[in-house]
Amino acid sequence: MTVTAVPTKPWKASKRDRALDFSIFIVALLSSYLIVFLTPMKGKLAYFFCFFAAYAVLTSVFKGVQRGSAAAKDALVNSLVAIGAIVTIIPVSSIFFTILKNGLPGIRLGLFTHDMALATPTDPLSNGGLLHAITGTLTLMILSLIMSVPIGILTALYLTEIKGRFSGPIRFLVQAMSGVPSIVAGLFILSAILYPITKGYSGFMGALALSILMIPTIARTSEEVLKLIPNDLREAGTALGGTQWRTVAMIVLPAARSGLVTATILGVARIAGETAPILLLTGGGDKVNPNAFNGPMGSLPYYIWKSFNAGSPEAITRAWAGLLVLVGLVLILFTSARFLASRKVSK
Amino acid sequence: MSTQELVIPAPREIHTQPRTSDKVFRGVVTAGGLSSLVILGLIALFLGYRGFEILRQEGFHFITSSDWSISTDDAGNVLESHFGLAAMLAGTILCSAIAVVIALPISVFSALFLNFYAPAWLKRILVTIIDMMAAFPSILFGIWGFLVLMPSVEYWAKLLHRYLGFIPIFDMQVPVFSRSPFVAGVVLAIMIIPIITSVSREIFSQAPLDRIQAAYALGATRWAMIKAVVIPHGRSGVIGGAMLGLGRAMGETVAVFTVLNIVFQVNWQMLLGAGGNVASLIILKFGDASPYEIKALMAAGLILFLLTLVVNAIANLIVKTTGKSGR
Amino acid sequence: MTMSHESENQEMQTSVKPSSLASVASGHAPKTPGTSVLGTGLETRGVHAWFGKHHALSNISLDFAAGTVTALIGPSGCGKSTFIRTINRMHEFIPGAAMAGEVLLDGKDVYAPGTDVTKIRLQIGMVFQKPNPFPSMSIGENVLSGLKLAQLKVDNKDDLLEECLERAGLWNEVKDRLGAHGGSLSGGQQQRLCIARALAVRPQVLLMDEPCSALDPGSTLRIEETIRHLSETMTIIIVTHNMQQAARVSDYTAFFLSDGGPGQMIEVAPTSEIFSRPQDTRTENYVTGRFG
Repeated sequence: MTVTAVPTKPWKASKRDRALDFSIFIVALLSSYLIVFLTPMKGKLAYFFCFFAAYAVLTSVFKGVQRGSAAAKDALVNSLVAIGAIVTIIPVSSIFFTILKNGLPGIRLGLFTHDMALATPTDPLSNGGLLHAITGTLTLMILSLIMSVPIGILTALYLTEIKGRFSGPIRFLVQAMSGVPSIVAGLFILSAILYPITKGYSGFMGALALSILMIPTIARTSEEVLKLIPNDLREAGTALGGTQWRTVAMIVLPAARSGLVTATILGVARIAGETAPILLLTGGGDKVNPNAFNGPMGSLPYYIWKSFNAGSPEAITRAWAGLLVLVGLVLILFTSARFLASRKVSK
Repeated sequence: MSTQELVIPAPREIHTQPRTSDKVFRGVVTAGGLSSLVILGLIALFLGYRGFEILRQEGFHFITSSDWSISTDDAGNVLESHFGLAAMLAGTILCSAIAVVIALPISVFSALFLNFYAPAWLKRILVTIIDMMAAFPSILFGIWGFLVLMPSVEYWAKLLHRYLGFIPIFDMQVPVFSRSPFVAGVVLAIMIIPIITSVSREIFSQAPLDRIQAAYALGATRWAMIKAVVIPHGRSGVIGGAMLGLGRAMGETVAVFTVLNIVFQVNWQMLLGAGGNVASLIILKFGDASPYEIKALMAAGLILFLLTLVVNAIANLIVKTTGKSGR
Repeated sequence: MTMSHESENQEMQTSVKPSSLASVASGHAPKTPGTSVLGTGLETRGVHAWFGKHHALSNISLDFAAGTVTALIGPSGCGKSTFIRTINRMHEFIPGAAMAGEVLLDGKDVYAPGTDVTKIRLQIGMVFQKPNPFPSMSIGENVLSGLKLAQLKVDNKDDLLEECLERAGLWNEVKDRLGAHGGSLSGGQQQRLCIARALAVRPQVLLMDEPCSALDPGSTLRIEETIRHLSETMTIIIVTHNMQQAARVSDYTAFFLSDGGPGQMIEVAPTSEIFSRPQDTRTENYVTGRFG
């Protein structure tokens, strides 16, 4: 007779433990109702917090009685970290929920085929659309990509390949640059280029400011990616008689390709919704403007801002619809960045 | 081998003559690398240049007084002007301090949850969500904060005022709860939670595994292990992360502008609906500012730039030194 | 998927288990220097190496006759790897690195001013500890990558590809999937791919820095066979921690040791001598396994 070993997991919670946990859960739920009923607190959040407070206290007291004070503290912290995670998630879910609830009614096909040249934000929703904003945002993105990707990747290459004398300071400055408030970047372009040189709003001015915000994101992410390329590969390239330039161009950059794309997408996601510099620099036209170098250019953030400030119910719905489109765009970018990054890791 | 005295020669100079292509490559890359230096330098230079007249005229008053007024005659000539940022600076500091105080414990707890409590599948989902939150546009936080969050926050503010009003910062003379620094602080807190969480998570995940296992092997509970190993390892890194969040909160413009009532008077009562914010001031005044007032806004931008630069520099120094000593 | 033949190799290895290292080493007579037509070979004269202030290697003078295999043995940290990296000038990539002495390839100092470093590295190839095929390239592209890196022109790439893979002992295993990803090969195959890659630029000398330390015994045996074949046409210097390997593949063996100070060469001799009649007691202690 053969004895077949059945895999068990003796460290898992037993049925009795689970039953106990569940009863604590129920008691906590009931007491939260009681607390909310007896005190002036009201609302969903009040229930939520009372429930967690009750649950935390009950489990820690229970564990304390069962296994001593160390276990009680452990149980208390268990509840606290769970609260931390849940509190972090609540705003995101709320944002998602509201944006879908308020944005979807404003989404129509016409939104993507018309601009606001003949409409104002307070018009009925059937008038006008955000075509000009979408084309404007895409133009801004492409222009800032063209400017910031080379600079960002060169900076990363300096930090990982040349490792020159200035590596420390430059790494520090890139970090500092990533903390530059967007409004300051806008003011800078305003003071350095718009007032003295072009003297007029244009999409290009906005793209310049966005590039300043995008460069550090691209540079830092690319640096992380390039650092992951094993030094062995660089040495192998050099040992085969490659110059540094050819080793980087033929081996390092191709090996890091998908990571660099991720860095770029994260950079775009960073600036897609930037509003402050757009307000200062682009002028925010209501018409599709194919020329980024001349005349005001609309963009999603500007459209949202303008509609939101117009204040009427139609305008607010427009703003939400615009936000939905903008967030959709950001999420598409973000998801594709994650996808590419994960594919790179799995290799 | 003979035992004769070995004379150690001086190191040879190694001549590496890079090919022209490599010289060009290194030149181009170095130029690209220096761009961050150039850009930061130019920002300081141009904002300083444009704002110089105001800074010289107002002197130290620019950051100590709260008066922001400009009067012109019919031809548009400036008759009299006062520019003072004190209320805005105080407001900026108050709002971002509230944000950090709220966000820090939440972020640290959720970072601990992600690293040491959450099962792998949940961790993956939560990390995605939190990273996504960091990519949300600030205007979204502003509008959501104004339309959805503000009513709840006002309600909490009333509770705080009613039960904790004896503490000076929760006190106020006039019960105006709407658009207060507290509301702005909560919105900012939600915006910086992802930043502090991901920095803390990064630092916690570098806690040495052998020490973690040693703590468990000594019979520590999970919390005892965290207290003994993870917290000492990550403490200053978390502080650095909080400073990064602080820097971000100070520079945030649109979200704060949407939910904050800007008043040119220094106010430390966080529940009162009157606050200040340098970045929001710029947006507020920019629309109909005369060229002269624009100069003052440039000067304000310079002050904001320097403030965030200092905060970020300190933050990065703290994070960097932790990364080193942690190993 | 290569489990079956690897385990077979493993058996083969255990079946030829030597009674002593010396008997393995004396299995082949060392080549006499100067009998080869491959050139005058490689020579180091009084080579020192530093990392910043740390003096890592002291006064190494060695002759590597053309067409011979020299094994460098010694405990960890004795400067073996540093030494071979000074030979093809990879040493200077480490910040703060310095060196003294001369490395002569066919009588010419590779450190002489005005020398084209990339040419030196084309003549002195290198195989690393861990297999490192280029991840963005196929098997075929990997082999020929050296040509592209150094911008060399070759008339018939397909012939060269086959020849290099043949010499590295990999041709039969990969000839049907040259377009496949380099990472799809097993560790041992990847290392032979790296050898083939080094061969494609036709170096005179091949440096191998513990090429088998990351491989299983079966793959190790295949690499050793490859080394013996290659030694007919080129000079090979191999750093190894495995004394049996040194005994099996090399004509000459040099023993390196660091007594806390810089690494020194204690003794160099034909391999059978080192393992049967070492002159220095430290060498004897090491090869008999009393330390290190």
